[in-house]
Amino acid sequence: MKRRLALASAAGLGLALMTAAPAMAQEAETTAADVQVNLDNVFVLVSAVLVIFMQAGFALLEAGLTRAKSVANIMMKNLMDFCAGALAFFAIGYAIAFGSGNDFFGWKGWFLGDGAFNYGTLTVPVTFIFQVAFAATAATIVSGAMAERTKFKAYFVYSMVISGLIYPVVVHWNWGGGWLSQLDTPYIDFAGSSIVHMVGGIAGLMGAIALGPRIGKYAANGKPRGIPGHSIPFAVLGAFILLVGWYGFNPGSELAADGAIGGIALTTTLAAVAGALTSMLTMWWFVGGKPDVAMTTNGLLAGLVAITAGCAAVSSVGAVAIGGLAGVVVVGAVLFFDRVRVDDPVGAISVHGVCGAFGTLAVGLFATDGGLLYGGGAALLLTQLIGVTAIGAFVAVTAGILFALLKGTIGLRVSEEEELAGLDVMEHGTPGYAPDLGPGQSPTPVGAPVSPVMA
Amino acid sequence: MIKLVTAIIKPQMLDSVKNGLQGLGVLGLTVTEVKGFGRQGGHTETYRGAEYTVDLIPKLRIEVICDIDVVDKVMECIRSTAHTGKIGDGKVWVVDLERLLRIRTGEMGPDAI
Repeated sequence: MKRRLALASAAGLGLALMTAAPAMAQEAETTAADVQVNLDNVFVLVSAVLVIFMQAGFALLEAGLTRAKSVANIMMKNLMDFCAGALAFFAIGYAIAFGSGNDFFGWKGWFLGDGAFNYGTLTVPVTFIFQVAFAATAATIVSGAMAERTKFKAYFVYSMVISGLIYPVVVHWNWGGGWLSQLDTPYIDFAGSSIVHMVGGIAGLMGAIALGPRIGKYAANGKPRGIPGHSIPFAVLGAFILLVGWYGFNPGSELAADGAIGGIALTTTLAAVAGALTSMLTMWWFVGGKPDVAMTTNGLLAGLVAITAGCAAVSSVGAVAIGGLAGVVVVGAVLFFDRVRVDDPVGAISVHGVCGAFGTLAVGLFATDGGLLYGGGAALLLTQLIGVTAIGAFVAVTAGILFALLKGTIGLRVSEEEELAGLDVMEHGTPGYAPDLGPGQSPTPVGAPVSPVMA
Repeated sequence: MIKLVTAIIKPQMLDSVKNGLQGLGVLGLTVTEVKGFGRQGGHTETYRGAEYTVDLIPKLRIEVICDIDVVDKVMECIRSTAHTGKIGDGKVWVVDLERLLRIRTGEMGPDAI
């Protein structure tokens, strides 16, 4: 009511002004350009929210593909890599990624202060929320690769460093206007196959190598053993949530509500479904003889990761090809890492690292403008190769140093006893799935009363 | 003489016990999820800052049927493979079995082991 009154008086005042000074009133008129600016801001903010929703997808996917005895731990890692990572990105990451600086890192806009970057007509908060959602995505990929054996304390430190330092430097190279964007044939990674996903995947690879495999992953003769996750429904639901979130990740990266977003959503969809299909068929025909649910889930995500770089640069058919090939690549990669004793409980290294690299390189083949298969020559493919190699090497070295430092100081891996019992109780106090307290288990008087039946 | 060896062990020691017994040539065992307490008397966990006691701790009960000739070896094998040295490692006990029958073949006594 108060609001309506205020509006009425504002309108009244506006009317008065209009009659008094028509020139001023004309200036206050909303132009089509103003509407477009607002539309862009709304679209990118909604996209950012969708990307943040991917955190829920990652949490469920990783929980589902690992064992019940460490489920509280993996949920906590997902919770904290977002929270700690977002603060680190706010404090220094955003300035390093987007602040003006040199070709390798930015140096302006600490804590979103003076010189904080905003893209075109997007406001600083909208640009930041969108970008922090991406930083959190890169960070959270690693928790799955390091699942079921990592000290929470070490993981916490890692998530601050990747969101505050490692990821922002890579972002600056391309999206921040750094050297990758200044090559003669500019690097194309539209929404971050390499900048976001491969960064997470390579960091996960270094983490998994530093940790070593879970106890029981390899039989005495060295053969990898399957360790089934505890909830396929969680895993598939998580993958569906990630798919939904990707409609913010890819179309949102257009950074404007324009005519291109529909086409980007289309290539994203086609690659995802093609990836799921080919991974299922690869398992069915060539590997296990059955359509494997967990691997098909990974195939869907592999298609999504792979199309992320080229979603605005390839045709529909190109998207099907990239997604479909990624679905085959991911199966090979999972089997390969199992064989070389890199234990990645959820397949994050294969999905995000390998298919992130593959998808970025595939732009050099399938881009309708400049791709090798479209008569564009090898220049773009070469640029993509340079970018993937440089980013991969940078992350491998920095993440490798980080995990080695953590290993040498606070320790990276939990004790054998803790790993066997599951991380939940020893790291966090309570199991993820606590049995209901019954007559046989009396609550101590220390906490709140649990149930009147018990008294 | 046929013996029934029953052991209560920590759940995470199952793999090591099972591998040990298989190495000994034991042809079968039965595992049951059980809960109980011993001298340890349960332990405390914390949930949102409040403590609670878990009086009955999850354990596994494994049962092995074997001949009297090997019963000492089976007991020693379980002891060494289930051993962590910490409280709550469990117990092993042995009882005589009066009769034994394999359902599929109808074999009786030691043949049915």
